[in-house]
This record gives sequence, structure tokens and C-alpha cells, in this order.
Amino acid sequence: MRTSRVGRGLLWALCALIGCWLVVPVLVVIPLSFTGKPSLKFPPDSWSTQWYANFFGDSAWTSAFWTSVQVALLVTVVATTLGTAAAIGLTRARVRWLGAAQGAMLAPMIVPGVVLAIGTYSVFLKLQLVGTLAGFVMAHTVLALPFVMIPVTASLRGFDRRLENAAASLGAGAWTTFRSVTLPLVAPGVASGALFAFVTSFDEVVVSLFIQSPYLQTLPVKMYASVTRETDPTIAAAATMIIVLTTTLVFAATFFVARRTRAK
Amino acid sequence: MPSNTVQAPVPGAASGHNDLAGRGARIELTDLSKRYGDFAAVDDISLVIEPGEFMTFLGPSGSGKTTTLNIIAGFVHPTSGTLKVDGAAIEATPAHKRDMGVVFQHYALFPHLTVAENIAYPLKRRGMPKARRAELIRAALDTVHLGDYGHRYPRELSGGQQQRVAVARAIVYSPRVLLMDEPLGALDKKLRDWLQLEIKRIHAELGTTFVYVTHDQEEALVLSDRIAVFNHGRIEQVGPASEMYERPATLFVAKFLGESTVLRGEATREGDGSVVGVCARTLRAAGHIDGPRAAIVVRPERIAVQPRGHQPEPDRNVLPATVTSEIYLGSSRKLELALPDGSTALVRESAGTLSDARPGDEVTLTWRVEDSVLLPDDPEVETVFT
Amino acid sequence: MALLDELSGAARPVTKGRAAAREPGARRPALLILPALIALAVFFLYPLAVVGWNAFTDPEPGLGNFTWFFSEPANIATLVRTFTTALWVTLVSLVLSYPYAYAMTVAGTRVRAALMMLVLLPFWTSLMVRTFAWVILLQDTGVINQILGAVGLGPFSLIRTQTGVIIGMVQLLMPFMVLPLYAVMSGIDKRLLPAARSLGARPATAFVTVYMPLSLPGVSAGCLTVFISALGFYITPALLGSPTDALISQQIFTQVNGLLKWGRGGAMGVILLGLTLAMIALLAVSLRRAGKRVSG
Repeated sequence: MRTSRVGRGLLWALCALIGCWLVVPVLVVIPLSFTGKPSLKFPPDSWSTQWYANFFGDSAWTSAFWTSVQVALLVTVVATTLGTAAAIGLTRARVRWLGAAQGAMLAPMIVPGVVLAIGTYSVFLKLQLVGTLAGFVMAHTVLALPFVMIPVTASLRGFDRRLENAAASLGAGAWTTFRSVTLPLVAPGVASGALFAFVTSFDEVVVSLFIQSPYLQTLPVKMYASVTRETDPTIAAAATMIIVLTTTLVFAATFFVARRTRAK
Repeated sequence: MPSNTVQAPVPGAASGHNDLAGRGARIELTDLSKRYGDFAAVDDISLVIEPGEFMTFLGPSGSGKTTTLNIIAGFVHPTSGTLKVDGAAIEATPAHKRDMGVVFQHYALFPHLTVAENIAYPLKRRGMPKARRAELIRAALDTVHLGDYGHRYPRELSGGQQQRVAVARAIVYSPRVLLMDEPLGALDKKLRDWLQLEIKRIHAELGTTFVYVTHDQEEALVLSDRIAVFNHGRIEQVGPASEMYERPATLFVAKFLGESTVLRGEATREGDGSVVGVCARTLRAAGHIDGPRAAIVVRPERIAVQPRGHQPEPDRNVLPATVTSEIYLGSSRKLELALPDGSTALVRESAGTLSDARPGDEVTLTWRVEDSVLLPDDPEVETVFT
Repeated sequence: MALLDELSGAARPVTKGRAAAREPGARRPALLILPALIALAVFFLYPLAVVGWNAFTDPEPGLGNFTWFFSEPANIATLVRTFTTALWVTLVSLVLSYPYAYAMTVAGTRVRAALMMLVLLPFWTSLMVRTFAWVILLQDTGVINQILGAVGLGPFSLIRTQTGVIIGMVQLLMPFMVLPLYAVMSGIDKRLLPAARSLGARPATAFVTVYMPLSLPGVSAGCLTVFISALGFYITPALLGSPTDALISQQIFTQVNGLLKWGRGGAMGVILLGLTLAMIALLAVSLRRAGKRVSG
């Protein structure tokens, strides 16, 4: 009995430590973003908000940010649409190449980013898509597809197909059935797929490093360049804003899901 | 329990005071088949369902009854054959344009819509104005006695209430046909008994053609004008419940619909009828069959239990037996008896006519020759029921 | 996280019984897959094919790029280093994640939610941001060395070392270990441990002989995800590691972006991809065997 209590105590202490190690390191960027000196020295010895001013004043940073938002939003729309349609097809169609198709859809998750990046770069050079919005959107879309497919497929598997027969018997055509019955019931899966798609695109670095141009780059690419080339705390300001944004988003999503499940 | 609870068929006998009442359609299935590869789920079925009739598809699971219902509903396309409703072929009509109501086995209520929204769903699809919608929803909820439940969600209702909402949703637009796929399958016995009566009442009020799928023979006997017994994708027999019970056409029907004693033996022709050798005796029955392997089917309430040595009247068949058990059922009792060849006989005695037989007694069983139904033997039947 | 489930799920067809199949228009659903497949073919499969093509044809057709790769000791060293790094990252992640995931299954609702949040927050936070944080922390005069110095240790060189890379990658990839572990562990019947003890097993023996074998599917799923991610990691080793101790993904980057040696980069890409797929195949096979044993 006593040994198990000691064991429990040790277990919780260990978990607390691991939990801290998961979350705390990233928090150093927050105080760093308010440093008074143009150095990445931590902890800072003087304070200012100049790096935020710098971020919003420097068109390289703001345009990278807006490119990222624009690309991520477009990817969310395109990947969610394609991924949802494909998930529906995969859960319903009965054709021989189904298994192969499903495997292909998930493959972008396992192919090392650099390998895909050099291939995409090569293809984009030929198609003249390097440094274009469409190029970013399509390259990110294929990376986001599996992350849309997985949650949507999961909710479609939980969806009772008889409801569609019921809708048909009550006079609803295929599209009406989808809009009024299927979509509302798999909406949580589609929503989390969309969130995954946005985050996948917004975070993507490796492929973007290759297909960027001096005129069009995303925020993570700009950050990467900043880390490798200069000691400019503006990147800490950018990082802080990303942390605040994603944390808010995750908490909002968690809260939303919790409220929905309670409502049910 | 059998024939006395079954009403005579009253095709189209709608009482007419229900707002949702309408005229039922005539459904005609001709040479209908559905094959999946080599497997015939439905194998060359022909059947006519009259307007306003309550038709039950009865059979074990996998016998093709649900597939046939799904073909009528439009969820499954037949491989061959024709399907006509009121004379018009509708195989090519998609499910949502067939104007049929379907009540599903597990109700298939839309979980994201309230009861009223569920019932409004088919009305919206038909572009009905809001005021008229409200009227019809009220009428449908009243018909299933769920007047105050419109604002609830399906998950807040009991199984029986959900089932009634499913019925309300399927009848609110006065479809010409109502298809029900084991609608009471998930409910407990008591609730089922009550809802059977409800369904019967609704059928009488609406006058719509009902097609009802079940594997429960009691349910079929209580509800139906006519029953179609399915087996291996085919219809074994169609007819009113009483006819099916008294004059089964096949051993399968005899076994599936009600209880019976089955006596097997070699049949030989003798005049108008046949004699069958069973347990070293000869039993008589009317009619002939092809082939020698015969089965005589006797319903339990037709058999009388007499003391051993009793001299029967000349128009009765006789077999010796030993009582092995008795079960009291209130107004009647059921005896199980062992025959000399080891098979089992069943006897049901009503309260007024109880014999003194007790378990262990050696007795004589007698029944009228005309109560012996002579059928070709079907060895496969045993494997279905054991 | 659900990667392995999905991969093994890809093998079995998703038919749901005859009754659910909607006969009318049975072929239409297949058309819904096409747009995604086309996007995938053009922007995923085609680029990969080009990588393969380059490996065998640039600058001239043949196996030249591969013979070059395997004849240079530096390349072999890179390959070995990539492998050992990925292995260390996987091992350390497993050792840290196993008790953590176990604690999640025995914790109360609130504590479990908190522990889950601690895993999900970094999981959702930008990889670039988290790597940047490690750049700050691992500096020779960074926070870690300051703390170590305060207790009389160090200073250690962490940034631009393999240790630094491993520390960063473990923290970045740990969510991918915790989540599948937790998913499997929460499905293990809690009564099995008392049952084993009633049969005479000590607590530790019961845990090792009953609980751990049942948690194996989670262990292999987590290890596979972390290992193959670590094999192909670029950003973190590039920013935390030393250019002289580069991993294979960094070499590929250099070959193509710096030296414009498309063929050599392609060959390395083919080798990296081949290794990744081999690891997955290996694990899928052993998992299927383990799955057979568990399900009897």
C-alpha cells in the first residue's frame, strides 16, 4: 500500500515535470519579444514594445503574415472541400482501386518534407509556379488533405447511412439530403478538418522554403530566414502573436466542442 | 391465438375522419430479382398488393423480405423484373420521387432536428406553406398520441416514443404506401403488443396501403390482411393469416407460422387421399403429393388427448404418446409429448376441455383426418428452426 | 497520431454491409474522390516521381548518383547519424511519454483534461516558433546553461550539437507519442491488473506481464510516427544542429538548393523515402502479427 502511494506521488511529480517541459520552453519567446535591446539574449535586461512596432512597420513582415493568412484560408477552403468529397467517396464507393486511393490520400503524412520539397520545386520551376499564390495553395493543399480526410472519415463512419435513405423516402434528392442531413451531422468532423488544414498550411516551412520567391514568402519562411541571418527580436514578437493566436483558437475550439457535446 | 385475432381483409376500408387519410396504391411486383454476384437475395418474386391492404412480409433473416421492401422503396435497384405502382412502372424513379412513407427498423430520426422539425422535413421538401405544415404536424402527432412532444429532440424520447415519431413523419404527407421495416424490432414485448394495436388503428384510420416486414409470426398474425412468407429469396405462400395457418402450402410455412406437430413417413395414394406410415401406424390425410417422402402437419389445438386404450371414432387418426411436460398459459395449457419414434408432439388444451393427463402418463392422441395437412417433406426445414 | 490506424485501415475495404449500400448511383461516390486524387497526382505523386527520375538521370542516366552516395564515407556517416538521432529521439520520447500517458488514464477528469491540454497546446503551436524557442534556450549563454551554472554545472555546449538536436526534437515530437499511447491505454480494461494480482502476481509483475503487452499497439504506433518524422526532420536539425554533423534531410537541401546537384539530392531523397517506407512496412507487419495474437 505504502509503496504504491509513493509510486503514485512519483508518477504525478514526473508528469508535472514533463507537462512543464512540453509547454514552458516555448514561453521564453514572450518576454523576449518585449526586450529593449536588438539581441536575442534571455532574460532581457530592459523592456520595450519596439519589436511589435517593427513587425507592423516592416512590409517584409506584414506582407509575409498576410500571405500566410491568405494561403492558409484558401488552403482551408480547397482542402476541406476536396478532402470532404474524397472522404465521402471513400466511405461509399465500392470500386477496386479504393484501398490504393485511400493509401495515396494519406501518403503526404509520411513522406519526408524535404523529399517532397525538392520534387515540388522542380515541378514548380517547370510550371512557373515558384513564388505564386496558387503554387503555395496547391502545395499546402496536398499536405493538408490527410488531416482533413481523417476526422471527416471518422465522423462519416459514425454517421448512420439509413438517415439518408430516410431523407430520400421523405422526398429529399441527393443534394438536399447532403445539405440538410449528412452535412449537419458530420459538421464537427469537417470543422476539425478545416482547422487542421488551416494550421497545416500556416505552419508549413520546408516546402515553402523551396517555392518562395523574394516577392512572395510566408511567415514561417520569413521567420526561418530571420533566425538564420540576423539577431532581430522582431521574430520573437511574431512568434508571440502566433502563440497567442493558436492558444486562443485551441481553447475556443475545445470550449465549442465541450458546449456542443453538453447540448447533446 | 391464431385465426380468431385476425380480422377479415378490409381493402380500402378507411374510416375517413383522419386528416391524413388518403387512398392506398396498388403495388405490383412481377418476376422481381436482385442478385449480388451469384447470390440471389430476391429470386423471381411476383406479388400484387391491393390498395389499402395490410400486407406483411414474414420470414427469417436473410430470406429477402427486407431487400424486397427496399426495392419497393427505391433504396435497392432490382436486377430484373418490374415494379408497378397504380399501374405505372417505377423502377427508374429515384426513392425521393416515389411518394412512399418508410418507417425504419431503428427509426432513423434525424438527431439534429426536433420532433416537429423531423415531421416537417417531408413537408418542406414538398414546398408546403408554413401554416399548412403546422396543421399537418399537429394532425400527425395527434394520430400517434404524441401531441406535446414537438419541441423535443429524438434522444430525449423513449424507444416507443421515437418509433411513433417515425410513424408520424412517414404518414404526415399522406403517402400512397407506407413501408415498415421491423419497426418494433428494438422494443420490449409489452410495448410491442401495444404498438401493434396502434399500428393497426392507424392503418384503419388512414386507409393507406401498408407493407410491413417482420420475422415475428405473432406480429404478422395480429396485424395483417394478408401475409407473404419469404424463404431463400422466394415467396413460399401468400394469403390471409387464417388460411396460412390452417392450410400451409409448404412445410416451411407450417413451421414458421404457429406451432405444429410434424409427422414424417412414406406416403401412398389411397382413393381421394393418402396414407402415411408413421411410428408403425398408418395415418390418413386428404389429397396427394408428388414423391413418397411426406410430412403430416397437425396444429396443437386440433389434437385431443385420450386415456390409453380409448377407441376413437373412425374419421380420426390415432398415435400413442407419453406426456413429457406441461406448461400452463392461464387460459390454456400446452403439453409436450414423446412419440414412439422419438419425435415430439404438441397439444394445446383450452380451459374448458382439459384432459387429466399428467407428465409421465401414457396416452393416446387423436385428431380428425381433415385436420391432417399433407405436405411434401422438406429436410432443410429442420435446419432452419433448430 | 491516428496515422497507423489509418494506414492499417487502408488495407481493409470500407464496405458496410449490403443493406447500407445505396444501389442507385453506386458509381457516383467514386467520382467524388477524383478531384482530390487529381490534386494529389499533380502536386504530390508527380513531384515525387520527378525526384526519382532525377536520381537516375541527372546529370547522366545510370546509377551514378547512388554509387557516389555509397562510396563517400561522409554520406554513410550522415545516414548512420540520421538513424541514431531518430532512434534516440524515439527512445527518449517513449520513456517520457509512457508514464505520462499512463497517468492520463488513471487521473480524474479535470487532471486528465489539464494533462491533455499540456500535450495539445505544443501540438498545435507552430513548429517554427517552437524551434525558435529552443534556439534561444540552448545558446551557450542561454537559459539552460544559466540554470546549470547556478547549481555549479556546465557550461555545456548544446546548440550546434547532436544532444541539442535530440532535446529539441523530443519536445517537438512528444505529442505524437503521447496521443496514440493514451488512445490504446484508455482502452485497456482496468480490472485486469487486480485480476492478475489475485492470481498471484506482484504489482510490478502484473504490470509488466499484463498491462505492457496490451499497450504495445500504442507503443508501436507512437514509435513509428515519431521515428519516421524524426528521419525526415529538416527545420529543427538545421537550426539547432551543427552543419558538420548534418542529417540527411539537410544534405538533400544543400545538394539541391546550394549545389544544384539535382541528381544527388534526388538519390538521397529516394534513399530517405525508401528507409521511411521500409520502417512502416516492418512495423505494419509486426503490428498485424501482434494484433492477431491479442484478438486471438
